[in-house]
Amino acid sequence: MQQSITPQHEHEHHESMKVFGFWIFLMTDCILFACLFATFAVLRTHTDSPFTGNELFEIPGFTAETFILLTSSFTSGLATLAMNKGKVKPLIGWLAVTVLLGAAFIGLEINEFMKMVSEGATISTNAFLSSFYTLVSTHGLHVSVGIVWMIAIMIQLKKHGIQSVTKRKVQVMSLYWHFLDVVWIFLFTVVYLMGVM
Amino acid sequence: MESEKHHGSLKAYVTGFIASIVLTIIPLLLVVNHTFKKGTLTVAILGMAICQLFVQLFFFMHLKDEKKPRYNAMALVLGIIFVFTIVAGSIWIMSFNEQVH
Repeated sequence: MQQSITPQHEHEHHESMKVFGFWIFLMTDCILFACLFATFAVLRTHTDSPFTGNELFEIPGFTAETFILLTSSFTSGLATLAMNKGKVKPLIGWLAVTVLLGAAFIGLEINEFMKMVSEGATISTNAFLSSFYTLVSTHGLHVSVGIVWMIAIMIQLKKHGIQSVTKRKVQVMSLYWHFLDVVWIFLFTVVYLMGVM
Repeated sequence: MESEKHHGSLKAYVTGFIASIVLTIIPLLLVVNHTFKKGTLTVAILGMAICQLFVQLFFFMHLKDEKKPRYNAMALVLGIIFVFTIVAGSIWIMSFNEQVH
């Protein structure tokens, strides 16, 4: 009895340690974003008249981005829910919806950046814009990495089905995705809302 | 049974989603309609962003369902301390530079 339980238990313990390791990674990522937020907070007034947040940011654009990312956070949650019920097809389906929403978010962000650049507001125009582009595109890069990662997990799920390793991978992936959503909420508030105030 | 308890339910996700939508629409409306003065408005929208952080943590990231000892929560608290120190410290120390307003 003891022997048949122990390896299984050990394995589960191992997987939960990996989830804990991922939490530590998320906290170090928090430090990265904290530095970029601090830089932005200090430099946000270093700009001249045509290039203020009030002039550059478009409310419908960043609101759409926010709702898309919020919804994708929800759909990645629905994916974990399907996984816990042991249903592979809905799990892959919800992950696919999340990937599409993430891609839509990135598309809107690139569109926004291109518009700003065409108006002459590039990363080297002033200190406000340097810190703005660095902060927002670091988040965008994280989302892009997340999209690639999620597609890789979808392929693994198709091959291996739901077992303890793929389960942990989905769990960690959705933690990452919710984390990016949290970072975006602060971007939305500090950069965009306070920018158009 | 245990795994269901451990990873939330549809109800929790839907509640979290609705809460996060509401907590996004309110600050947006406050800013668009210029409801308060700048100082009050900043505090209000930052407060709602922090509320939303907790919604994500509890409804989506299942922080509360963790088994004891709560290492993930401890890591999170340490992370929050770091973030607060970096952001508040930078803003505070740069306020002594007269060129920065």
